[in-house]
Amino acid sequence: MINIHWLYVLAGLAFAGFGVASARNSANPKRWGNAAFWSLLAASFWFGDFLGDVGNGVLVLALVALAGFHLLGRASERTTTAEERQRFSERYGSKLFLPALIIPFTAFIGTLLFNYTPLKDSALIEPKSVTLVLLGLGVIAALIVCYAWLKPRAMSAVDEGGRLADSIGWALVLPQMLAALGAVFAAAGVGATIGAVAGSIIPQGSVFLAVLLYALGMVIFTMIMGNAFAAFPVMIAAIGFPILIQQDGGRAAVIGAVGMLAGYCGTLMTPMAANFNIVPAALLELKNQYGVIKVQIATAIPLLMANIAIIYIAGFHL
Amino acid sequence: MISYWPLLGIALVVVGFALRFNPLLVVAVAAIVTGLLGHMPFLKVLGVLGHGFNENRNVTLIYIVLPVIGLLERYGLQQQARTLIMRMRGATVGRFLVVYMLFRQIFAAFGLTTVAGPAQTVRPLVAPMALAAAEKQNGTLDEATAEHVAAMSAATDNVGLFFGEDIFIAISSILLIQGALKAYGIELAPFELSVWALPSAICAFLIHATRLVLLDRRLRKASR
Repeated sequence: MINIHWLYVLAGLAFAGFGVASARNSANPKRWGNAAFWSLLAASFWFGDFLGDVGNGVLVLALVALAGFHLLGRASERTTTAEERQRFSERYGSKLFLPALIIPFTAFIGTLLFNYTPLKDSALIEPKSVTLVLLGLGVIAALIVCYAWLKPRAMSAVDEGGRLADSIGWALVLPQMLAALGAVFAAAGVGATIGAVAGSIIPQGSVFLAVLLYALGMVIFTMIMGNAFAAFPVMIAAIGFPILIQQDGGRAAVIGAVGMLAGYCGTLMTPMAANFNIVPAALLELKNQYGVIKVQIATAIPLLMANIAIIYIAGFHL
Repeated sequence: MISYWPLLGIALVVVGFALRFNPLLVVAVAAIVTGLLGHMPFLKVLGVLGHGFNENRNVTLIYIVLPVIGLLERYGLQQQARTLIMRMRGATVGRFLVVYMLFRQIFAAFGLTTVAGPAQTVRPLVAPMALAAAEKQNGTLDEATAEHVAAMSAATDNVGLFFGEDIFIAISSILLIQGALKAYGIELAPFELSVWALPSAICAFLIHATRLVLLDRRLRKASR
């Protein structure tokens, strides 16, 4: 059965490739820092399950040290120039989109095939990893097409992938680091503490204020944890169930579903949701690392007010 | 008696991010401080951190697409995306991003969340197309405007994803809500939850689309 570990092997291969590409790039004065960073990440993907918890912790500290002491750099990139790219794009035209579309297309067809044919019962792919396995298959297929059609040099794929990885830099592992921080927060009882704080300031007698506090609690806790999933069980335990559902008789489906979506408004406003807010800023090479968050606030706040209104009206008055 | 000391870790994160220290460093320090204040020995904290990191490798898996995207950029993918928008009559940043958001929401509502994203679509396609459309409206863009348009491309991708995915019944957040409520004896089918994601999805589309239309208007004014 193909499970997530096959993908970890593939990802380890990609990051090891980025490490080699970084080491080869003599134009980068900090190339060994980059090479070490990507190689450690490759090691994590390949050997993480054999290192033990403390071993993985040491690996994490090594990654943090490389980033924290500014040992990662970027170089004048060894890729095609803007003029060359313009010429290539005139030559290949819109067919250039096809390899990029192979990845979503594989996911789409694969999901249909897997869910609506006997393939589902064939135990070929582990059910909970289907999307990621299809992503991996799509990447391999797209690479084969690119090499057959465009005939780049053998190392081009890792050189160009490494170029993008270097432009994202340390931000690439930040989402995974924040997930690990979430594990430490949970072990230290941070969630329970916040729930106790939120539960202790409940106003009596006003359904609207309780709804407001529930939604704002979701937003603030989501902004702290970077993830509405961590906030939801805490807020349901502190306010959602005891006050809104049990005491005030609100509709559980609305309080659950829209409460989570109120949390998503918090996700739009926090650097802790790094994969959505910090990584894109790095990928797009924005000057302000908080540039994406800055433009999201004006959508998040009216949307939060809309969600509060939905909980109040649909939860209690429909 | 609940100890409030572990909350200091949260304060460290907020201060560290605000002062723009390296975020990896901020997170590691916050994790260790929080753990120690929560009465865990250092090696135990290190173990929890390492275990959490190892268990969440799936978060970083998406970057296996980088070699494909980088390779296609080498052969002019971004340039071709620009050319396509330049040829489209009536294409504006606002209209283009509204259409992208609609597709992103619909795909996410069918559970296809990884078909797009910052690495897969925003950097190679969406941002260059949005920038090309803005240049068409407004001539050469000043740096602040270009940065705003690029940031808006990433933001539109996020809004479409977040407020589309919960309509799908098998997405992990719906299952989480179902599980959390079940713990209190409330039995709900996923469909009963996902149907309540619709009003918010519509609000998200309308609010963000309004902002994109206003962006068009601002660019039009600036070009006069």
